[in-house]
Amino acid sequence: MAPTDSKANEEAHWAATTRLMWTVLAIWFFFGYIVHMFVNQLNAITIPVLGFPLGFYMAAQGSLIAFVTILFVFARKQDNIDRAYGYAEED
Amino acid sequence: MATQSSGSSDFINNLGKIYGYYAGGFLAFVVFIAILEQLGVPNRVLGYLFVFFTIAVYAIIGVLSRTAEVSEYYVAGRRVPAFYNGMATGADWMSAASFVGMAGTLFLLGYDGLAWVLGWTGGYVLVSVLVGPYLRKFGAYTVPDFLAARFGGNFARFLGVVVLVACSFTYVTSQIYGTGIIAARFLGMQFEVAVFVGLLGILLCSMLGGMRAVTWTQIAQYIVLIVAYLVPIIILSTQNYGIPIPQLTYGTALAEIAAREQQMLKDGLAVACTSASCPAGTLKVHIQPFLNYSPLNFFGIIFCMMVGTASLPHILMRYFTTPSVREARKSVAWSLFFIFLLYFSAPAYAAFSKLEVYENVIGRGIGEVRPWLFEWGRLGLIKICGQNASSLADIAAACKAVAGHTGVVRLQDLAINTDVIVLSTPEIAGLPYVISGLVAAGGLAAALSTADGLLLAIANALSHDVYYKMVDPNASTVRRLTIARVILVGVAIAAAATAATRPADILAMVGWAFSLAMAGNFPPLVLGIWWKRATTAGAIAGMIAGFGLCLFYLITTRYFPQAGVDYFGMTALTNPVTGAPLVDITQPIAATAAQRVGWFGLSNINCGLLGMPLGFLVIYVVSLMTPEPSKEMQAFVDEIRKPRGGVILNRTT
Repeated sequence: MAPTDSKANEEAHWAATTRLMWTVLAIWFFFGYIVHMFVNQLNAITIPVLGFPLGFYMAAQGSLIAFVTILFVFARKQDNIDRAYGYAEED
Repeated sequence: MATQSSGSSDFINNLGKIYGYYAGGFLAFVVFIAILEQLGVPNRVLGYLFVFFTIAVYAIIGVLSRTAEVSEYYVAGRRVPAFYNGMATGADWMSAASFVGMAGTLFLLGYDGLAWVLGWTGGYVLVSVLVGPYLRKFGAYTVPDFLAARFGGNFARFLGVVVLVACSFTYVTSQIYGTGIIAARFLGMQFEVAVFVGLLGILLCSMLGGMRAVTWTQIAQYIVLIVAYLVPIIILSTQNYGIPIPQLTYGTALAEIAAREQQMLKDGLAVACTSASCPAGTLKVHIQPFLNYSPLNFFGIIFCMMVGTASLPHILMRYFTTPSVREARKSVAWSLFFIFLLYFSAPAYAAFSKLEVYENVIGRGIGEVRPWLFEWGRLGLIKICGQNASSLADIAAACKAVAGHTGVVRLQDLAINTDVIVLSTPEIAGLPYVISGLVAAGGLAAALSTADGLLLAIANALSHDVYYKMVDPNASTVRRLTIARVILVGVAIAAAATAATRPADILAMVGWAFSLAMAGNFPPLVLGIWWKRATTAGAIAGMIAGFGLCLFYLITTRYFPQAGVDYFGMTALTNPVTGAPLVDITQPIAATAAQRVGWFGLSNINCGLLGMPLGFLVIYVVSLMTPEPSKEMQAFVDEIRKPRGGVILNRTT
């Protein structure tokens, strides 16, 4: 058995995965909910030139851009974790 | 793209070239139609050309992708690259409701409509982080497959099938309904006939090749639908603001709408929605939140649609087709990117249309109503002064009958069906008919592709989970695939027959599908992967409790509100602005004004908000009361968590 299959390695891999999971979910929760709870305050701010009220903009575009971005970043980070602990698939 | 899998690595390597040619060919076809139009070919003929040409292309792809292999039929041989699977998922995801209805909802609800935009995008984060890649590693053919492997066999599988059929069947019915509506409107066919023509298109794509055929047609359909969605507003944005990026220029439109709203109130052209009175037809400021949904229901919709996304079998099964777990994660990111392209454009449609209506319909004399309204008025989709706006004379007569009407169109005189917004934009912009035909082809692609994915999810669950795993485990490959196709046709015909009866609740049912999927599937899937201690008894009890509560809440509030009030302590839902009891606000034209009831003011589309926490709680409590899962099961969970080492299902069976 290779050292990568030891129980300790397995648990460390899962701990790192779980940490990443909570981090991503926290960002998701922020952009999905928290930011929109302040829509009235944010609407008082208008984005220069474009003319969007900020609160509306966050729900219509800002949060969506954040979701797409975190998904690409997550895919890379999780792959790095898998590689670091020797559990990644062959390329 | 022949039937054997060895010959198709060439195909996979050349995907970029093939779909590049395809996209180029499609654009050439649009140009060709535009030339025909200039030559004086009638619109009806152009509409037929658009619809039949695109359906023919999908059907050809479907037939070329026919297969006789089980893994090709169920998971496209697990060779679909992340980028292309992302496109296929985008088409799978974006239904007629997204393509045709979303912009209209935003038009009607303003800021509150953005709950749908957020809810139908953010869920992909949950798919990628919590569920999708782990199911891919397990190597399931269907979602119930995983539930059976993790939770002790066929009873859990059976519950999984019940949840799957409950949420997918209503959903697919509404897609077939959508194809019927679009075909009827643009081809002038009778609705019932159009439904079965749509059905034929769907079956040709999916029957012979299963997942493999659906995958390659969905990519083709994505290309058509995204081009069709973006072209009209890009042109409109360029016309109005000189910049071909509508997603940026509609900020200016929002500012103009805000100014116009104040002007209309000042001129007596609209009545403000205030806390004293806010009936339908009053002015709701476009960017102001919580005029249509209370904050609880606004965030409830976001949450239910997001978690529902991560629980809907027809979406999860798309990630079974990628070559690796790593590709599955990337594929979720690409999926959301392709979905984002449409969803971040929808508010632009809404803003441009609203500005047009506020500036060029409201406040104009009845004699000056723009002619594009009449076509939709004749179909009963736009009403002025309570009557279908089918001609100038009709409007004048209808408004004359309104007491104290001055002959100037006011906001409260106008009722507009949400479907009109996207479909009428080419006419508003004064574009030639070719663009309208393009939009129709796009809407059809959206409805067909979603219907394909849903039908396949249902038929696969019935053929693989019920027939092969529960009825006849010794069935030969030929027999399994034959049964799969027979069931597919059967389910499709049942769905089309249901759609042809025009069930009244068809649109509400799509929203319910998310809540039902969330209540039934999400807790067992997530805990099955993330909590080794979850036991068979726990999962089964949790699925029944969560799904049951959600279903109970839906049925009671929708069909037996009086019983809900009398026996279950429900109270009337209230208008978020005035606090008055609520009537159905999502359908301004429909005559349904049934009183809506519920617990805590929670609308029934959000029943997942009750069912899912109960599901988690029950799984947790019952699991702790039953002995912990076997060593083998715990090792199985460990295996799922590691991408390396190939799929598990193949090794165990």
